[in-house]
Amino acid sequence: MKRWPLTGPRLMKRWPLTGPGLTYLTVLMVVPLGLVLSYAFLRRGRFGGVVYQPTIENLTRLADPLYADVVLHSTWTAALTTFLALLFGYPTAYVIAGLPRRRQTIALIAVVLPFWTSFLIRVYAWIVLLSGPGWLNKALRAVGLGPVDVLYTDAAVVTGLLYAYLPLMILPLYASLVRLDPQVREAAANLGAGPWTTFRTVTLPLTLPGVLTGCLFVFVPSFGNFVVPELLGGGRSVMVGNLIRDQFLKARDWPFGSALALALLAVLMVLLLAQAWAARRYATR
Amino acid sequence: MIEIKGVSHRFGRTRALDDVSLDIGEGEFSALLGPSGCGKTTLLRVLAGFETPDAGKVTLDGEDLLSVPPHRRPVNLMFQSFALFPHMSVERNVAYGLERERLPRREIRERVDAVLDTVGLTAYARRRPHELSGGQRQRVALARAIVKRPRLLLLDEPLSALDKQVRAEMQLELKRLQHEVGITFLVVTHDQEEAMSLADRIAVMNAGRIEQTDAPVTLYERPRTAFVAGFVGANNLFPGPDGITAVRPESIRICEGDGDGDPDAGGGRLTGTVVDVSFHGGTSHLAVRVPDLDRPVLVAVQGPSRVISGQQVSLSWPPDAAVHVPASTPVSPIEGEEP
Repeated sequence: MKRWPLTGPRLMKRWPLTGPGLTYLTVLMVVPLGLVLSYAFLRRGRFGGVVYQPTIENLTRLADPLYADVVLHSTWTAALTTFLALLFGYPTAYVIAGLPRRRQTIALIAVVLPFWTSFLIRVYAWIVLLSGPGWLNKALRAVGLGPVDVLYTDAAVVTGLLYAYLPLMILPLYASLVRLDPQVREAAANLGAGPWTTFRTVTLPLTLPGVLTGCLFVFVPSFGNFVVPELLGGGRSVMVGNLIRDQFLKARDWPFGSALALALLAVLMVLLLAQAWAARRYATR
Repeated sequence: MIEIKGVSHRFGRTRALDDVSLDIGEGEFSALLGPSGCGKTTLLRVLAGFETPDAGKVTLDGEDLLSVPPHRRPVNLMFQSFALFPHMSVERNVAYGLERERLPRREIRERVDAVLDTVGLTAYARRRPHELSGGQRQRVALARAIVKRPRLLLLDEPLSALDKQVRAEMQLELKRLQHEVGITFLVVTHDQEEAMSLADRIAVMNAGRIEQTDAPVTLYERPRTAFVAGFVGANNLFPGPDGITAVRPESIRICEGDGDGDPDAGGGRLTGTVVDVSFHGGTSHLAVRVPDLDRPVLVAVQGPSRVISGQQVSLSWPPDAAVHVPASTPVSPIEGEEP
């Protein structure tokens, strides 16, 4: 890993180029993060805000089984979403990477197309699809199956998250698959490996960095998401994201909200480091 | 051992292979030689099983090879790009093929050690491919292919990725190995030097067809088609009424002035002007412009040349130096040989 590359005179020389980006990062990322960090160690004000009295109460409160359960539940939901995204995403990416060049572009555009409309609208659309008289049950009735009550369950939340973040799994997987030298797979076949063995011993290990990146891209936003559990989970399925939002907007407990946000950041940081470590281990060059 | 009969293959509108027939005998070191795009790589991929031809038959010891999936063929390929597994060490790369055969661990160990010793990579067994030089990587690719003891070993441009010094070394090593392990080798290359120096028998390919299959010396001295005459080695091609006469640059004698000095020149005689002289150490190459010919005539002489640019010279050659090639390129000689 490189050290901070821009120091002293070099930073000044490149200021016209780096300035806007650095300013943006400082103002919109470092400062708010600093605020969150400091708020977590202060007492709550009566009507929101903080009182400047240092305390570690907010952090000890995180150990409360009530909140630990929420973190656990969020982890489980995000992990399940990630697993399913990998399960559906890998074959999709595999097929796309095997298409002729021009069709690859078309397929990739199709994958990212949903991002061109509002996320909120797309989640609302799922309510219509999953609700009692919705399209899901219409389709089930058509094949002679009874109606199911999916909306406002964990299944609906996972479905929504999977729908929202599947492209973020497919794209890095595609990138690592398309970079794979097709001759390496032919070499495996030539040496006596059948299709499945070739996948298990060559294709999968060589695309593992892409797998890890994709998992991270899906897990991170799923873990902190509060829109999908709110709309599709009907408030019955509380995730860390909802909890944090509620602390700030409903309970007016900014310090505890900050402590929760820190906990979330810590979990994600560990995952990021794990991914970076694994990616470096499997880097071929 | 391997019989290729009437194999044809198309990619869209391109005819990559056009009725190709070739026999490869047990223990032979053969080469497929041709310009890029002549179909030689397609034929190689057909033999390895990565391509299924539209028509034709390939048999190994009399049994159909085309219906065997690539991973079950006793044919191993050394890829031009080497295609090593970047996530595996040298020894794991070499062991890969044996593990697929589910051999006992001890035997794998022994055979990997033996082959690494043969190619001189024992000290590098634990390295990853990206920690090796080009020549070393190539030897891993070779070790990985021969450790399987295939019936047929295919080598795709085995020397092209190497610099000159390593090339000569590898060339010797390949010949020694072929001798030692007794595997049938088939080299595919566009480089005639590579083909000539390695193979006992060369099949020259052009535009999806095999033009001539012969020993290197025969190919050089008795080309049977205009393409072979022009492709293998430097040559002078003189068009005649019923074909082409090919004369090698080193067979041509050069005399100063336009006198008819050479008494034993019963073959041919031309006069012209020297337009270029280049010295190559052991030999000098001269280009002589002859009236009525489109291209200058190439002449190679031993040592430095006595004539200089602009001089009038007469050229002559003995009758047995001129090779006559019929005008219309005949049907593939392989087909002609078939009953």
